[in-house]
Formats: sequence, C-alpha cells, structure tokens
Amino acid sequence: DLGGTETRGPPPGGPQGGVLRGPDLLGYVGIEAVLDQMRRKTMKAGFEFNIMVVGQSGLGKSTLVNTLFKSKVSRKSCSPNYEEKISKTVQLQSVSHVIEEKGVRMKLTVIDTPGFGDQINNDRCWEPVLKHVNEQYEKYLKEELRVNRQRKIPDTRVHCCIYFLPASGHWLRPIDVEFMKRLGKIVSIVPVIAKADTLTLEERTEFKQRIRQDLVANGIQVYPQKENDEDAEERLLNNTIRESIPFAVVGTDREHQVNGHRVLGRKTKWGIVEVENVAHCEFANLRDLLIRSHLEDLKQVTHDVHYETYRVQRLTAGDGLKGPLVNTPFLSILYYESY
Amino acid sequence: MSQADKMKQGQFTNPETPGYVGFANLPNQVHRKSVKKGFEFTLMVVGESGLGKSTLINSLFLTDLYPERIIPGAAEKIERTVQIEASTVEIEERGVKLRLTVVDTPGYGDAINSQDCFSTIISYIDDQFERYLHDESGLNRRHIVDNRVHCCFYFISPLGHGLKPLDVQFMKAIHNKVNVVPVIAKADTLTLRERERLKRRILDEIDEHGIKIYHLPDAESDEDEDFKEQTRILKASIPFAVVGSNQQIEAKGKKVRGRLYPWGVVEVENPEHNDFLKLRTMLITHMQDLQEVTQDLHYENFRSERLKRGGRLSSHGYVLPLSPAYVPLLLPCVQLRRMQEMIAKMQLQMQKQGDGEGDGHHV
Repeated sequence: DLGGTETRGPPPGGPQGGVLRGPDLLGYVGIEAVLDQMRRKTMKAGFEFNIMVVGQSGLGKSTLVNTLFKSKVSRKSCSPNYEEKISKTVQLQSVSHVIEEKGVRMKLTVIDTPGFGDQINNDRCWEPVLKHVNEQYEKYLKEELRVNRQRKIPDTRVHCCIYFLPASGHWLRPIDVEFMKRLGKIVSIVPVIAKADTLTLEERTEFKQRIRQDLVANGIQVYPQKENDEDAEERLLNNTIRESIPFAVVGTDREHQVNGHRVLGRKTKWGIVEVENVAHCEFANLRDLLIRSHLEDLKQVTHDVHYETYRVQRLTAGDGLKGPLVNTPFLSILYYESY
Repeated sequence: MSQADKMKQGQFTNPETPGYVGFANLPNQVHRKSVKKGFEFTLMVVGESGLGKSTLINSLFLTDLYPERIIPGAAEKIERTVQIEASTVEIEERGVKLRLTVVDTPGYGDAINSQDCFSTIISYIDDQFERYLHDESGLNRRHIVDNRVHCCFYFISPLGHGLKPLDVQFMKAIHNKVNVVPVIAKADTLTLRERERLKRRILDEIDEHGIKIYHLPDAESDEDEDFKEQTRILKASIPFAVVGSNQQIEAKGKKVRGRLYPWGVVEVENPEHNDFLKLRTMLITHMQDLQEVTQDLHYENFRSERLKRGGRLSSHGYVLPLSPAYVPLLLPCVQLRRMQEMIAKMQLQMQKQGDGEGDGHHV
C-alpha cells in the first residue's frame, strides 16, 4: 500500500520482531539513562497525594495523620481551641499542606469527615463521602475532555481512604459494613483498628481474623485488591499485606525517652506504648505500606482502575449517577471548548 | 523479605532519623514501576536516499534493523512515491525494556519533481495522532499503544552550502507536529572548518525561515556539574554532524566501528571525528523529554484542532463544537436526550450525503 495512510502503526513484527537482550547487542546503548532523566523530572514536578480519613470522633484520626506525616497537617478535635460541636450532617473538610523530604516535595491533602457515625441515626452517612469521591472523578473527567486541556490535570481524586474501626474486639458493625461495601467499589480503602492499645496481642489477632472473615463474607473490597496485582512478585508482597490487615494502630505526637532514645509513644503507669515499635503496634507497617512502598501504587490504582471504572460508567450511561438514560447505539462524547 | 524490610536495610542512610517520614522513597517507587512497564519510542528518519540513514540507525541502536535490504536501482525509483516503512525492535538492557520503532521514509526527495513528496509523511504522523486520540477516547484504555512519532531525524546533505529549498519546506511543514532534530549526514566529507561553517549556516537559515527545531531543555540549577556541562556541549553542537558504520575496523590495535579510507580510519564513536556519540547521548538522555513534548505540545495541538473541527471521530460518536451554554456531562436528562437525538439525526444525514469530511456542525 502506498503512503501508509491506512497504516495503523508499524506492521506486526518487522524485519526483526524479537527481543534483543543485553548480550545480543553489539555494544552498550545506555538505556538506563532514560530512567535517570525520569527520576529527575518526577522529583522536580513534585507529587500530590490525597488521603481521606473516615471514622467516628475520638478515634484518633487527626493524630494518626499527623503521626504518619510527622507534621501537624490535621487539627485534632481534642486540642484546646477546638470549638466545633458535633455537626448535624457529615461535612467533608479538605486541608492541604506541602511537605518536603530530601528534595522530594509532596502536596498532601487530608480530607476529614467530621460527623461521620456520630449521630443517633447514622442512616446514609456515607452518601456525602460517596458524593465527594465521585465529584473528584467528575472534575478530572471534565478536564480531560476539554478541547484545550491543561498539561497536568490537577488531581483531587481520593487516592486512599483510611477507615477507622473502633477496637471493640467483636465484629464489624453494620455501619462499617455498609460504608466499606459502597466505598470499596470506588476508592482504595485501608481499614485500621484505631486506638489499638486497648487490645492485648491475642485479642488483636482474633479481632483481625474476625474482621477479615467479615470482609470476605460481605464482599467488601479493600486495598490491595487481588485483581490489581501485576505480577508474581507483587502478588507475594501483597498477600503478606492482605494477611495482616487491618493494621492495629496507635498514634501520638508526644515523645518520651526509652533506653536513651527519644521515641513517639503514649506514656501510662504500666509502660510506654511505643508507636513505631512493631512489637507494640502496627503503625510502622501502616506507614510503610502507605508511604514507603505503595504510595505510587495507590495513585496508580486510583487512576487506572477506579477512575477508569467511573469514566466508563459515565460515558456509557449518560447520567451515570442516576442510572442509564437512553440506550445509545454508540458512545457519544461531547467535547467542549473552554469557558 | 518484605519490601519494607528490604528498604529499611539497604536503601537509605539512617532511615530512622527523627522526622523522617519516608516519602522521599517515592521516586524509587516510580522508578520500579517504569522499569516494569518499559518504554516505547518512535523515531522517524527522513532524508534523501544514500545519506546513510539506515546505517546510522543501525549504529545508534547496535542492531541490524534491515538485514535483508535490497537497494533499488534508479529505474525502479522513478516510479516510486514516498513509502512509509516501520520496523519495531525490543531492546532490553539491564532490565530496562525499550520498544523502539523506526519509521523510515524511502523515496523522499528521490523523484525528479519532489513537489509533493512529504504529504504521505505528514499523513502518517497525523494518522498516529488520530489513532491515539481514538484509543484515548475509548472505553478500554488499559493497553493503549503509543505509536506517535516522538522524534524526527532530518538528514541534511553535507554537499552544498546549507539547507535546500526542500529541506526548508519539509521542516516547516512538520515542525508543529513532531520534534525535529536536524542531522548533517556523512560528515566525513567535511573538514572540521567546513563542518563548523556548515553548522552555522544551517542554524542561521533555520532562524531565518522560522523553523522550530527541538530544543534541549536547559539543565536545572541543582543538577550536578557533569550533567550541566554535558547539556552545554550538546546544545552547542546542534546540528549534529554524524558518520555511521556497521563495520568493525582494526585501528591502533583495537577494533572500532568505522570507515576505512586509504588516508585513515574515521571512527564512529570518536568524539573528535564526528558527533555520533553526542547524538546518541542526546537521544537517550532526552528520550523522555521528547515523549513529553510530543504528548504535551504536538499531540495536544493536534487534539484541540481536531476537536474544534468537529465531525465524526471514528466509531466513538461525534464531536460537537459546543458553545459554553451547554454543560457537557452534567446535563439534565432532557437536554442530554435531545442532544443524543440530534446526533442520531446528524448521523442519518451524513449517511445520506455519503460520508463527507467534518465541516463543523453548528449547534
């Protein structure tokens, strides 16, 4: 065919369709230099991370976030000037901070959900949360569909939702099941057992087991989901994580002296609960998961799985939030000029 | 050993310093994912026959992309128009996979009348953009293959005194669609002084005609000195004057790639002989930037022009140039239904008229 106007990219295979490995090459090309460039660029650009915390008042949400990021990014409800009473409805509050470490800059946004589960009648208290998550997807989708769109679309999508379970030692409560069932479909949920210093190690193990059973029994999807494991190595790593969630955490911003070191901990008459000591609680495991090893994966899963699911629903069902409108024979995308 | 343990052990100096959170490890996480994913890169080479394009490509990636090549004679060439030949090869080095596609354009500039020899090339570039736009608008976006042309090496003949009219015309036709990197071919026909003069001449002519060639980004102030110096040298050497060869010649006791003449050996990888190494360094270190500029500038330009034109976008329905009065996705049910009816009507109309080009529908 002349000219290749109908060509859809390179023909399959070519004179050489195989893979050339290092030793087959006649020398060294130096492809890894691409990776260095990439790293430079990603560092320059900085990162955005949006984390949502959901749970009743007093479960230590703000303290945990502050402990995770070792900064006062969230205002605690027990601080002296905190005046808000329990609000009648669930109001979502977003606070953003830019934190920096070793030249890497991160814009961290914490979305708090005061009022969740605090009312007498908590029916449908998950709806404002659902609405918020979907609204961020909608915002992103709209920007993506603009005719003249921004180079880097601002990402306000929720990358991770930490759900706080009170350390009752029994089972998941109905509100926990209802919330996680619904949100697990649209966002990555990481359940944690809050204020876990009220459980002994045996109680903790049993509680976790029961929760895991409960999650399976109710068809609740938590992070990391099996379907998103990319390869065997990742599956292995994620299986270990799946067998130890939910993490039993304790948070604090106070430091104490233990054996000559300053550690973060809660001091009681019977001892000091060392937050970062894996023998005491699983805070370090949570931190490692969220920040040190799976931060990028959380963002990717949000973009490649949750956002894409939302987008497909939206584009095929018209007004996806209310259900399909008309049976369209094809996909009608309406692009629009900026205004 | 879990990833967390691995990291605690080796990767950081004293990770448990007070106040250390650990998100400084994020670039490593991104790095790991990129290595797993690999890279895709499409390079187009344009230039008259015999300027050494194929040899240079083989030299650059140390492969033989064209093992069974037959060079056609003049008689065959007379009737030929410009062809597009794409070859893909996967290169893996130290665990990093690169899927490289080289798009060759034999026939360019060969005809006696080269008046229209680049419309095929431009169509090819546009087709890749169109295809990507189509994929990007689709429902399943998991495995979009990026075949857009990320870089075009334009080969300039070392004979003559600068750019030819065809060179100027071509580069102006594609400089808004692809990153153009001008390359002086067969640089071993020039002395050092002639080379410098030619480079200066070419740069002047590029300026004069308003041709937008690819500009290497400046090194940032916080990069290390070596990198800054390298960037400076690269920028100062454009356009690169190169020599390619696939033959190994014995010179000064070692085997080098080069060309053997009675008066000496031209070593391909000797920076004093030609700019081959600089070209390769530039390509590899700026591969990602070339991709980014293609994505953020050329592709976005194509996309907005395409969407403004309106009309049919393959099987994904219609693009309507909407006025701001319409709020697209959050339309209340009634308006959306009306719009969908309008689209169905238009489709019928178009089918009746025969599929014309998108004239921009007025809504």
